[in-house]
Amino acid sequence: MAKQYETVIGLEVHVELATKTKIFCGCSTAFGGEPNTHTCPVCTGMPGSLPVLNKQVLEYAVAVGLATNCSITQYCKFDRKNYFYPDNPQNYQISQLYLPICRNGKVEIETENGRKFVGIHEIHMEEDAGKLIHDEWDDCSLVDYNRSGVPLIEIVSEPDMRSAEEVIAYLEKLRMTIQYLGASDCKLQEGSMRADVNLSIREVGAKEFGTRTEMKNLNSFKAIARAIEGETERQIDLLEAGEKVVQETRRWDDNKGESYAMRSKEDAQDYRYFPEPDLVPIVLDDAFLEEIRAKQPEFREEKMRRYKEEFDIPEYDIEIITGSKHMADIFEATVALGSQPKKVSNWLMVETLRLLKENAMDPEDIRFSPEHLAKLISLTDAKKVNSSVAKEVFEVMFNEDVDPEKYVEEKGLKTVNDEGALRKTVEDVIANNPQSVEDYRNGKEKAIGFLVGQTMKAMKGKADPSMVNQLLKELL
Amino acid sequence: MNILDMTAVGLAAAIKNKEVTVRQATEAVLAQIEEKEADFHCYVTVDKEGALKQAEEVQKKIDAGELDGPLAGVPVAIKDNMCTEGMLTTCSSKILGNFVPTFSSEAVLNLQKAGAVILGKTNMDEFAMGSTTETSAYGVTKNPWNPEHVPGGSSGGSAAAVAAGECFYALGSDTGGSIRQPASFCGVVGLKPTYGRVSRYGLIAYGSSLDQIGPLCKDVTDCAAIMEIIATHDLKDSTSVEQEDTDFTSALVDDVKGMRIGIPKDYFGEGLDPEVKDAVLKAAEVLKEKGAVVEEFDLSLVEYAIPTYYTIAAAEASSNLERFDGIKYGYRTEEYEGLHNMYKKSRSEGFGAEVKRRIMLGSFVLSSGYYDAYYLKALRVKALIKKAFDEAFAKYDVILGPVAPTTAPKLGESLSDPLKMYLGDIYTISVNLAGLPGLSMPCGIDSKGLPIGLQLIGDCFNEKKLIQTAYAYEKARGAFGRKEDK
Repeated sequence: MAKQYETVIGLEVHVELATKTKIFCGCSTAFGGEPNTHTCPVCTGMPGSLPVLNKQVLEYAVAVGLATNCSITQYCKFDRKNYFYPDNPQNYQISQLYLPICRNGKVEIETENGRKFVGIHEIHMEEDAGKLIHDEWDDCSLVDYNRSGVPLIEIVSEPDMRSAEEVIAYLEKLRMTIQYLGASDCKLQEGSMRADVNLSIREVGAKEFGTRTEMKNLNSFKAIARAIEGETERQIDLLEAGEKVVQETRRWDDNKGESYAMRSKEDAQDYRYFPEPDLVPIVLDDAFLEEIRAKQPEFREEKMRRYKEEFDIPEYDIEIITGSKHMADIFEATVALGSQPKKVSNWLMVETLRLLKENAMDPEDIRFSPEHLAKLISLTDAKKVNSSVAKEVFEVMFNEDVDPEKYVEEKGLKTVNDEGALRKTVEDVIANNPQSVEDYRNGKEKAIGFLVGQTMKAMKGKADPSMVNQLLKELL
Repeated sequence: MNILDMTAVGLAAAIKNKEVTVRQATEAVLAQIEEKEADFHCYVTVDKEGALKQAEEVQKKIDAGELDGPLAGVPVAIKDNMCTEGMLTTCSSKILGNFVPTFSSEAVLNLQKAGAVILGKTNMDEFAMGSTTETSAYGVTKNPWNPEHVPGGSSGGSAAAVAAGECFYALGSDTGGSIRQPASFCGVVGLKPTYGRVSRYGLIAYGSSLDQIGPLCKDVTDCAAIMEIIATHDLKDSTSVEQEDTDFTSALVDDVKGMRIGIPKDYFGEGLDPEVKDAVLKAAEVLKEKGAVVEEFDLSLVEYAIPTYYTIAAAEASSNLERFDGIKYGYRTEEYEGLHNMYKKSRSEGFGAEVKRRIMLGSFVLSSGYYDAYYLKALRVKALIKKAFDEAFAKYDVILGPVAPTTAPKLGESLSDPLKMYLGDIYTISVNLAGLPGLSMPCGIDSKGLPIGLQLIGDCFNEKKLIQTAYAYEKARGAFGRKEDK
């Protein structure tokens, strides 16, 4: 009988924190500046420069730690990780090894197989490196230090996951938690969230772990899932062939669907970690932790439970809306302005999602304000605009966050509710379409649709279709 | 009075009283540099034009009443491991032979704000690693008292420049004795402040947890005045502390009645030159006669200071010096194949022997498998040494002892036996490990005609007691200087 294997997975997740300035200097963290424009002596490792910790980094790290049930290290330190590479201007990275900021946490995940906890070994703070640009024409490499010193946290899980589904659920959980905290936008594609997968296999029932490999270069949830499946198969094939898994770091090529070895354990560098003498130990008192704890937001699960109780909207809507803190904030703010929850939800679920998809945007990129959405809803409620005009206005609002009241006013899009003017138009339409009138009178109910259309066209869309319908029936 | 014989504070007063202009003072000292550099070689860089230009600017500010501090207009020399914007800063190493910083260190900026005229950058042991200034890539500095002898190190250029009248005062840095020992060898006053007193921003690090910038100067009054200018809380340096008790000149009081002075017996044992021992004990006697309570005590752990220091300082140095890789600035080898070959060749050619020795030592003690046995153990001993001093300062205001076991050795004697050179740091090193302030001042001349240094050690942030004790001793001792000057 063939052996049954179990996959054992642990994750190292790097998250770029959403601070305005870098971790050890005042340079901007903004993405996309000209090379080496967001730099100073500190983040380019100039002789004589010294790091000073950005307090916001500490606050975010503690907030993530508390949200993932970690114990916070109230006396913590930074350490130097020494290695030579040109993207690392000092040739050491300031990180944490001996006393990381958070330890021993756990998060609950849910998959088709039910709920389980994934342990968090530790979370530590560190600085990002610069970027090397290899010039293909000129035989040289250039380095851009704009990213150097951008704050990161690394979240190291326990080897508690057993499948790609669990890994994705865990990552989603982390992403949602961190986004709700506002600590990062967690975009895998843009690299503000990066995951390395540590994977080993063992026979079902075995107590010891197998030899693990570390997989890098995973830029999407899909790539992670494929890499896990690929690596599981590769390791099983090795064992089945009587060979051994080598402890090594591998790079996943998602286009080819395969990985290749980057370096083995034998090549592993000795990073010669030691406490960073340029930074003083960080002492966090209880009051500081309480302050951060008090600022913790309502997380997704709680929010979903509350929505179910408070709002009469479908569970599916709740799932989508709470899937983005930003969208949930817009939903709640619009409802707070007096709009009916179901109507708000409809605008988000239908038109908003459609436009996001068409523009390849994330819910975090929504720009329109709750005030404007509330105004649009009240315009339709009061029948001041009809639904097709409302959609048109919404699209402009989505793109430019215009005030719908002003926009409708300026563009003259208001529905004409003046019965006199409408009656006149309807009379003209009846006079000009004798054939359709004839058909209707002969019992062809459908003919009235054509007449409604003609009236709407004559009114440039600004009439209330039900009113047109009523008038036509009356005059015919 | 000859301008060059003036102290820094004396010169500033003369400038203020319009007896001397800043330009006259600057020209006088530049002339002295011109005359003496061939003999002593105190400087790596002399910025003649820049100094004269600064002199004009400072004079204008003094005339306009914008500058009236106790050191306004006084020319100063800066050790070549402190960044100076637009001025070559080499750390006396080939690897930084072309390095011109884009910013100035905080201590230098503070001096400039107070009206200092920067003359140039003084020679030192390469990256401050050495006790003789002989490891410099730019030639050795000679002791102005006798050019056949070393000036001490690593701030040998600064100490020699003060002694030779090639500046009115200087800044040095002290990681294991690098201000106090050359001050002792050159017969000048040097103070290593409490760790955290003076910002390290812009000081090119050797041992970050031990490095501290401090003054080298002609007398205790100058020392107090300089300290008032450079002791500032700097938010750019996390290890810089908020300053209290910085009115150092208020401690210039000729009174040590009731001052409790402890003499560690361990500092007077084997290896101490008898002439040094006699001079130091005589100084203690002088203070006793002036009313101080002087007694001997046992300061434990003294023999552990050297291995502890060389473990910690080398470990930090091995990491601090990683940034010198030939990529962004500094020396890069001419020919190389690939990145790692470029690193290896640039660093092999750019660093001198003593620096390489300490990088290797530091890399070793931090290596996986050795970290606990060496580095971690050294940190534990460091904590114990601090505790031993805490206990001593519960009983004494000041600890008194020698600065170095001998007076300045001859050129070329030390480098052949590095272990012996390291042992020469025995009395100064503990002060850095415990983060304490330590002051070195001349207390005699030996039979070879070389100055002998007295060391006063205080509790953390207690520089004022050191200054008070030193001032009282200086008053009793009387004027001190090279024979040819007097």
